[in-house]
Amino acid sequence: MSYRSHADLGGQSGHGRVIPEPEGELLFHAAWEPKALALTLAMGATGAWNIDMSRSARETLPNYASLSYYALWIEGLQKLLAERRLLQETEMLAGRMLDSSGVVPRVLKAADVPPALAFGAPTQRTPTTPARFAIDDRVRTRHGDVPHHTRLPHYASGRIGRIDRIHGVHVFADSHAQGLGEQPQWLYTVAFDGRELWGNESPPGLTVSIDAWEPYLEPAR
Amino acid sequence: MSHDHGDGDHSELGELDLRVRALQTVLTQKGYIDPAALDVLIDTYQTKIGPRNGARVVAKAWLDATFRQWLLRDASAAIASLGYAGRQGEHMIAVENTESRHNMVVCTLCSCYPWPVLGLPPTWYKSAPYRARAVKDPRGVLTDFGVTLPESTEIRVWDSTAEVRYLVIPRRPGGTDGLTEGELASLVTRDSMIGTGLPRPGSART
Repeated sequence: MSYRSHADLGGQSGHGRVIPEPEGELLFHAAWEPKALALTLAMGATGAWNIDMSRSARETLPNYASLSYYALWIEGLQKLLAERRLLQETEMLAGRMLDSSGVVPRVLKAADVPPALAFGAPTQRTPTTPARFAIDDRVRTRHGDVPHHTRLPHYASGRIGRIDRIHGVHVFADSHAQGLGEQPQWLYTVAFDGRELWGNESPPGLTVSIDAWEPYLEPAR
Repeated sequence: MSHDHGDGDHSELGELDLRVRALQTVLTQKGYIDPAALDVLIDTYQTKIGPRNGARVVAKAWLDATFRQWLLRDASAAIASLGYAGRQGEHMIAVENTESRHNMVVCTLCSCYPWPVLGLPPTWYKSAPYRARAVKDPRGVLTDFGVTLPESTEIRVWDSTAEVRYLVIPRRPGGTDGLTEGELASLVTRDSMIGTGLPRPGSART
């Protein structure tokens, strides 16, 4: 089945100018938005899915481009719940539980929120293989689409860059999002000259970097 | 695109309000969530975690050369030493602006952002225009923020495509000799730590 992300926006034209918000502005613009944030975080903490699955659920929503940020979170949350049969559409219509059979691995209690946020979800793991690349190595990124969630942006695919930093071994988003486990991989910052990405359109003196897992990269001469 | 929240569509807002209420009720009845935990989560991000945290990191780096070196070498540990760590800031990198180089941070694929030091992202950071343009036309983005850099300044854009989060250490404004850490922190804006702005000028205080 084909996989289409609607979230890969880097380099797209036609979105217009950026509208800055004054500093100190309220972060929420409607009363339901903080609840949308909290529901998403609390359900994420149940372990019913992982963060890469939730990014995948959001980026594949067909109406992605028309949704405001927290509306996207709520749509994504409902999709994740429905896929796992943790929530029925009839329950949303009724506004109450009709089926009590759903079970989640954990429940985040109020007292556990501060320690859970303070610990977060580190993705670094112990290496079991040496890194394939060294600082300043030239690499070419994977070219072409893959039929699943990935974190290699389109604008940086099939491009030659330079290894700028090595971050150790991290949970591989592509595997994790598909329910294939963590399959940790070496993670690098790869820096590209602007002209490699945008050709003559590139402003002078531009360097853009991405963070790329080793399977995205091949040696380049 | 309607990534803007400000000019809200009222029917969408009313519908979402009802939907979020229904979700909260049903998920609570099912025992998946503790409603008291929602309140703690909201309070944390409304009152405890925000860009004042990052400003303190930057001010300390401006004042303390040893801390600055530590921050550039191992940002996660240096930032954690001030009490800021955890969700969406587990793996931190600090990048320093210099006379010849300006750093800007974006997440083109979603809206990854260093929550423990900057709080929740502002709407523009999550918007399509910023995510689309930052990697291709960062000077145009800076113009939208009213910032112009010398032609000779190199621009380095960091696209946060994995779980590493970036904090920009802006250049310390001139005329700030003798200011305390707290006074310096008040000059550090949120946008200056993302790279779309500069710190307030030193003369603006006093």
